[in-house]
Amino acid sequence: MAKVSIIVISHSKELADGIVDLVSQTKQEDVAIAAAGGTEEGEIGTSVDRITGAVESVTTEEGVLLLFDIGSALMNAEMALEMLPELEGRITIADAPLVEGAYIAAVEAGMGKTLEEVKKAAESAKEWKKIED
Amino acid sequence: MELSAAVMKQWALRINEKMQEHKDKLSELDQAIGDGDHGHNMARGFQEAANKVNDSSYDDIGTMYKDIASTLISKVGGASGPLYGTAFLKAANAWKGRDVLDSEAFTEGIEAAVGGIETRGKASFGDKTMLDVWIPVRDEMKERGVDTEQANKTAAKEAEATIDRVAKKGRASYLGERSKGHMDPGAFSSQLVFEALAEVYKEGAS
Repeated sequence: MAKVSIIVISHSKELADGIVDLVSQTKQEDVAIAAAGGTEEGEIGTSVDRITGAVESVTTEEGVLLLFDIGSALMNAEMALEMLPELEGRITIADAPLVEGAYIAAVEAGMGKTLEEVKKAAESAKEWKKIED
Repeated sequence: MELSAAVMKQWALRINEKMQEHKDKLSELDQAIGDGDHGHNMARGFQEAANKVNDSSYDDIGTMYKDIASTLISKVGGASGPLYGTAFLKAANAWKGRDVLDSEAFTEGIEAAVGGIETRGKASFGDKTMLDVWIPVRDEMKERGVDTEQANKTAAKEAEATIDRVAKKGRASYLGERSKGHMDPGAFSSQLVFEALAEVYKEGAS
């Protein structure tokens, strides 16, 4: 069965690629994770073309979850959604910390959860305490 | 008041010239309260847009501005790509099929552009963003019709007014009170957009 795919969007190519490497360590079977980092010119920034390209490279029946780092990455993620109207209902953006969110999303997607469930799980990373009291 | 396709083409080319000319100032303003890439991004994006317009021929103003918008969306990194790209894309929709714009038609495009910037950036007037310039310009056009010289004056005045404001959106908002004392770079680039409009209208009309 198809599983939810994940897109890691960052202003930095290295950061996006690195997170994909890190998250891929969890070896979730059949979960595709793609990076959309930096601009077309390889500079710091985000590119709607890189995001749509990444989405198209991993899209599945179960859907695609987009995670982003800061600021204008969200605007470009939203534009990417508008440019892919055929994926409506199968693509969404998570309001989540990028590293932890991508990690949880990969694990949840690997468990065969739905797009909405994977998104919620990724967003729950905001409430995580990284250091116990 | 009428803006022909030729004048509208000149507008896009003049915006590019302004961005090249003020590239360093735009980046300096952005370094003060943002990430410092506004001049670089605007100069590159509008250069690509100008190249595109120069290399193509268009039957209508809508198609020309759609091309400009797509180029900005693809080529400008940072927030200004999606924001300016969306603005011109919405305006292009309003100008579809027209080879000349009267005051009403031009205003419809500006209204649509402002709506696009608001939706994309989720900002309001007073947040110390490009909208601090675009909203008053739009309001004046809706009220009194298009007067490009007046729009230029209003844009300059409103860009100046962002200096005393605290940023509520974007990277600058992390600075809180410290964002005061600097003009918003997006407000300045927007001022240049309307300065370019006033110039090409005046030249086209004479």
